[in-house]
Amino acid sequence: MIRRGIAAQPRWFAVAVLGATVYGVMTGLTAWAIGWVVQEAVTPAIEAGHATSGQLWLVGGVLSAVVLVNVVGVVGRRLAGGIAMYNLGAHYRREVTRQYLRLPLSWHHRHPSGQLLSNANADVEATWNIFAPLPMAIGVLVMLAFGIVQMLVVDPFLAVVGLTVFPLLFAANVAFQRAMSPRMTQAQQLRADVSQVAHESFEAALIVKSLGREDHETERFRAVTDELRDANIEVGRTRGRFDPAIEAIPTLGTLAVLLVGTHRVGSGSLSAAEVAQIAYLFSITAFPVRALGWVLAKLPRSVVGWDRVSAVLEARGAMDHGDRDLPRSGASTVATESVSYAYEIETDPGEPEGSATLHPAVVDVTLEVPAGATVAVVGPTGSGKSTLTNLLMRLVDPDTGVVLVDGIDLREVRRGGVSEVAALVPQQTFLFDDTVRGNVTLGSAHDDAALWRALEVAHAADFVRRLGAGLDTRVGERGASLSGGQRQRVALARAIIRDPQLLILDDATSAVDPSVEQGILDRLRRASAGTTVVVVAYRMATVLLADEVFYVEGGRVVDRGTHAALLGRCPGYEQLMTAYAREAAERAAITATEEAAR
Amino acid sequence: MSLRSAPPVEHHGIASGRDLSTWGTLRRGIELSPELRRGFGVTVLLAGLSTLGRVLVPFVVQRVTDEGILAAGGPHEDVVARYVALALAGVVVTALSAYLVNVRLFRSSETGLATLRLKAFRHIHDLAMLTQSTERRGSLVSRVTSDVDTISMFVQFGGLMLMVNVAQITLATVLMLVYSPVLALVVWACFVPLFFIIRLLQGVVGRAYTTVRERVGDLLAAISEAVVGAQAIRAYAVEDRTAQRIDAAIENHRVAAIGAQARAVLAFTSGQLVSGLTTAVVLVVGTVLAARGSLTLGELLAFLFLVNLFTMPVQQATEILNEMQNAVAGWRRVIGIIDTPADVADPADGVVLPRGPITVRFEAVGFAYPGGEPVLHDIDLAIAPRRRVAVVGETGTGKSTLAKLLTRLMDPTTGRVLVDGTDLRDVAFSSLRQRVVLVPQEGFLFDATLLENIRFGRPAASDDDVRLTITELGLDGWVSGLPLGLATHVGQRGESLSAGERQLVALARAYLADPDLLVLDEATSAVDPGTEVRLQRALDSLTRGRTSIAIAHRLSTAEAADEVVVVVDAGRIVERGPHAELVGRGGVYTGLHDSWVAQQQSL
Repeated sequence: MIRRGIAAQPRWFAVAVLGATVYGVMTGLTAWAIGWVVQEAVTPAIEAGHATSGQLWLVGGVLSAVVLVNVVGVVGRRLAGGIAMYNLGAHYRREVTRQYLRLPLSWHHRHPSGQLLSNANADVEATWNIFAPLPMAIGVLVMLAFGIVQMLVVDPFLAVVGLTVFPLLFAANVAFQRAMSPRMTQAQQLRADVSQVAHESFEAALIVKSLGREDHETERFRAVTDELRDANIEVGRTRGRFDPAIEAIPTLGTLAVLLVGTHRVGSGSLSAAEVAQIAYLFSITAFPVRALGWVLAKLPRSVVGWDRVSAVLEARGAMDHGDRDLPRSGASTVATESVSYAYEIETDPGEPEGSATLHPAVVDVTLEVPAGATVAVVGPTGSGKSTLTNLLMRLVDPDTGVVLVDGIDLREVRRGGVSEVAALVPQQTFLFDDTVRGNVTLGSAHDDAALWRALEVAHAADFVRRLGAGLDTRVGERGASLSGGQRQRVALARAIIRDPQLLILDDATSAVDPSVEQGILDRLRRASAGTTVVVVAYRMATVLLADEVFYVEGGRVVDRGTHAALLGRCPGYEQLMTAYAREAAERAAITATEEAAR
Repeated sequence: MSLRSAPPVEHHGIASGRDLSTWGTLRRGIELSPELRRGFGVTVLLAGLSTLGRVLVPFVVQRVTDEGILAAGGPHEDVVARYVALALAGVVVTALSAYLVNVRLFRSSETGLATLRLKAFRHIHDLAMLTQSTERRGSLVSRVTSDVDTISMFVQFGGLMLMVNVAQITLATVLMLVYSPVLALVVWACFVPLFFIIRLLQGVVGRAYTTVRERVGDLLAAISEAVVGAQAIRAYAVEDRTAQRIDAAIENHRVAAIGAQARAVLAFTSGQLVSGLTTAVVLVVGTVLAARGSLTLGELLAFLFLVNLFTMPVQQATEILNEMQNAVAGWRRVIGIIDTPADVADPADGVVLPRGPITVRFEAVGFAYPGGEPVLHDIDLAIAPRRRVAVVGETGTGKSTLAKLLTRLMDPTTGRVLVDGTDLRDVAFSSLRQRVVLVPQEGFLFDATLLENIRFGRPAASDDDVRLTITELGLDGWVSGLPLGLATHVGQRGESLSAGERQLVALARAYLADPDLLVLDEATSAVDPGTEVRLQRALDSLTRGRTSIAIAHRLSTAEAADEVVVVVDAGRIVERGPHAELVGRGGVYTGLHDSWVAQQQSL
């Protein structure tokens, strides 16, 4: 992972490491510089009883120079380290979201959206967070190496102290990291759980409020929050055990230097200034070495983050696309040949590889729609109609069978080729956090006249005109500022403006009242002369627009024919389509009986 | 009961807390998490103790240099050993107290911040529906997750160091004064300007981090479109356009983050530069002093250690203060949400309504969304108990608003809504939510089993109660067709089910809740007519003896109701009466009904 990061940002990383090295050398040099000026200028001055200006300039000049170079190193290290980190973060966020856009819908169905959000945000951040302090860690290693060299130059015995203390420090840091790793991982997982509960609960805010379940939700949140709290306290306890020990080691080193140094001075092989220099060296390395420990402590979090990020990046099973174009010659023909599709439903969610059971949604469906025809798909709730529309748009690929548009297997069509000729208005509309214009055009070039025409057909022009900024009104997150019916009509206009050869409407007017729907259908019929229309609907008027009706039940096409024919011979269809009328008739009869009895 | 004045509507947004000062934020933050203060005195004391060891070292170095190594007659190893033993004891005390400080700090901060998380979470649910909708969901989530995490990071890492450092700076200053008041003054003279520079930079850095946090919110919103809008994006092949939008948000965040980093580096380096130059100045002045004989070499060297002891924490403090700005920005956002008034609040000493059929009365009710045109005008409406009322009218005429006022998801701008003669604003929430239940068009499902989702309506209900609900609503056939029946997991947001199936669950949930007044807002719009009629009948038997108000486009609902209320443009009631009467009147309802009938019949 680190290698990958360095490879992606070699220049900034090099600058950061260079800065860190300068910092490491210069910090080590500070101790040496102090020792040197003490020997060359301070001690002579004290011995002479007065300091010459030359001596003072030497002291001040040498130290200032070391400090200035050091600061330049620090700026380079921090700035370049930060830039490398944020560049990497941005790069991987792009990569991850590209995967989200590339992977098929079936992959999305299997992954909770809260998890995908945290993969692209928190996990990417956790992964590359290591890059800010990493150069520092390298700088510290340089500093330590340089320190040992200094000690070797000054006195081999003191170097032995250094050679004992520094590896000890390193070992302590590694032990620290080992102990922290599982605890950090757990805390990280719990953090994701807390986020997921909060996300779901806030999305359900209206239901929670209207059923008065605030206490219940708060308890649910308390449970995960408490777990996170306990896990974090455990992290603190572990840190508490190691931190003071790691901090004490350089101090012990200083003390050892004093003991050994005194002995060496006694034997005449060392000066007092040299002992002080090495003791000082230990004291200034104490803090940077702690920083090394922090890097190691962050490492497990990075590794976990990277694991989760790479799980997305390595996800396979993207839809393969061919290179064929669908013909652009008036209305399309659509056909399916023994198409089946089943959803995987997890029987044990929570387990990453939990067992799943297959829930067949579309079973062995064969149908064909001639060019320019309008067909209706009718069936009870949950009978697989929406899945069928997804198959026709190639949002999902059938498990078996083929979907053909103008005789071409959709799997052979090039990427983006299907949506150039076909448009789907789904049951659940999705609006982008954009303007009305952006939501209808989706970035393709359409002039305002075309835009208004589409909005007129969708019966949306009136309300759009009344919005504050008309076409340029922002609709908010997922179109929150519009009502359900308004969102549906904007989504309808989005399909209409494309003037598709194949238009698929999946109960696309359910949130619109009857008179408006009537108007939409009338205009649609006039506007869509060169269009093949597949419409999922319950309303008689919509169904009556169709040349042929497919009646589905349990994912199978049970019967097909004209509305009149099906009414006569298909009991399920008859039940469904005449439900309102029978209900009204029954009620009228009851009223009549009551009146008669009175 | 006196008529109340309309509640203020200017409070519809969530406070950013941006106007709160750093100290104000910390004070309010600690007030909200009282656990942070618990045992704080002892922790500070221990933190002070833990600095002892560090300060002891330069002292020992000086003594060892002057009395041990440079002592007349050669080095005294026994003196040195004695001082080293003393320092060793100091190190042990330091380590022990540091351990305790760590554990105590983590415990109090995690407990305190868990409380804060919970308070914010609860308050978000308590906020009025309109207030909730002014903020993106992702941004609400960050208030109880990442914002709190930045605070905990700061308290545990920065807070600890800040305490230790303050103690260290104090001790170092005292010792410096003891060794050489002149040099101590030199050190302080060098650092005083730094304090002002840092203060100045703090503001700059703080603002930069606030911007970064806002960019994170935008980033999350952009990414969530790729996830939640997966179907729409594929259906229209707008992958590239969506990618561009996301890239823009990523880039804005990157630029803001690097900008903040650059400012933070500036603040940090200024500290380091001053520290280094101070050492140089001290050595220069110290040499002069030592040459005059007012300082020994040992004292000068010890003083250098002290300068290091002084500058390290000061440098660190600049860094910690950066982190603090980040944490304060997060804290502000959490406090902002907690301090946003819940306009539609549970009244103190709220009235508890006895169970039984409900009477509803709207008295001169008007409503306007904040900053918008009125959507309801002067609504006067009385609904007798046990009545089944249908509200019909064109899209966007304020019917849903009526439902939301009735269930007190919002309060009217003028006038009042009364249930059983009591103003809704005076009814205790616990009583209101039990007696009045709304079934919205899109009933949210949790990522759990079907059974658990239905039970959400009444957590005390047994499995058998849930099964009975399913049977009574005539949904047995549908449930048994699902792979695991009631134990089927519905997936995130119920995505494993179709829109119509999700409505069935929402309806079952409300049925189980057993309210006295049921408000259905397009609750069966995605359900097939056969199922809808069956549900209608089940609900009829359910609502017999209760009051029900249904908003529907499908006029079958209106045909079945005791009474129909027609609402038209600009939220006025134009017609009301039984279906049979209205349909022949030749008014708005006749027109609506005609187009409904036209849709139902063969042309």
